[in-house]
Amino acid sequence: MAEYNITDTVDITDVVCPVTFVKAKVALEELDEGEILSIRMNDGEPVRNVPRSIKEEGHQILKLIDNQDGTYNLIVRKTEEE
Amino acid sequence: MALSNEQIERYSRHIILKEVGAKGQKKLLNAKVLIIGAGGLGAPAAMYLAAAGVGTIGIVDADEVDLSNLQRQIIHSTQDVGKAKVQSAKETINALNPDVTVHTYREFVDSSNIMELIEPYDFIIDGTDNFPAKFLINDACVLAKKPFSHAGIIRFQGQLMTYVPGQGPCYRCVFENPPPKDSVPTCKQAGVIGAMGGVIGSLQAMEAIKYLIGKGELLTGSLLTYDALTMTFRKIKLPKHVANCAVCGDHPTILEPIDYEQAECDGLCLTD
Repeated sequence: MAEYNITDTVDITDVVCPVTFVKAKVALEELDEGEILSIRMNDGEPVRNVPRSIKEEGHQILKLIDNQDGTYNLIVRKTEEE
Repeated sequence: MALSNEQIERYSRHIILKEVGAKGQKKLLNAKVLIIGAGGLGAPAAMYLAAAGVGTIGIVDADEVDLSNLQRQIIHSTQDVGKAKVQSAKETINALNPDVTVHTYREFVDSSNIMELIEPYDFIIDGTDNFPAKFLINDACVLAKKPFSHAGIIRFQGQLMTYVPGQGPCYRCVFENPPPKDSVPTCKQAGVIGAMGGVIGSLQAMEAIKYLIGKGELLTGSLLTYDALTMTFRKIKLPKHVANCAVCGDHPTILEPIDYEQAECDGLCLTD
């Protein structure tokens, strides 16, 4: 993850759909345009759906890192839609 | 100012929406809406605004809950009969959403109190049941430059329109003056189907929410009418500017709120 200058991190492994995406979205809203968020999420449903929802909001997915412990870190660059 | 985990969960279905998000939800939490009349229209409007997390809700009503109210005024329960409507409404809202601060005003609106009542609020909902109050609220909101939602229901019919300062006609532009006394039946005489308050009052809440989050088009410059029996909604285009309107025209003659003689009404009245 050293290749990215991460501004903030959020852990959504403690919640279930749709709060997973909501928590990530709230964290992204706190950032400025161009800043980078790292989102830690569980394998399975979150990793299938959260990246897609974030992409639909117009943000840029930079990387999905497999932590090899059943969780992933999704690296996202905030992109303002308006 | 950050949303708590509980708030993120409570408002998750709002925050998911592109048009709302955490930003819009915070706007709602910081917003103040005054609901005049805790009856057929005000009850559902208050409940949806409270559920939506509108942070401050004011409720104005001098009446007590009557058994005949319960067929449509869903914020009150059987056990509330005899209780002040504002108190009953406050208790329901407090149970629904602790994020909401409720201010109660146990009084009827008139020219002496209306300006002071609306002053602290961002948006006003007219849920009253008589023409003098409707014209009073319109004039006061025009004079104080406050946005408001007008509505009226009777029998199987309802109507509403939204006024935003500088963005279209006011209620008086369209209806000029209250109808002559006794020319229009009251809901006590004419009846009203209970769910009508739910339909129209919920639309009023929706207008308030859209205004507060600053998204979508409002019913400014249009009157929406609903006939439940024929299942017809009509959106009637109104003139953009009425030059001779007594309150918002080019040479207004109404410069302060005025009281018309009050015709008693138990429900909500409009011409049909």
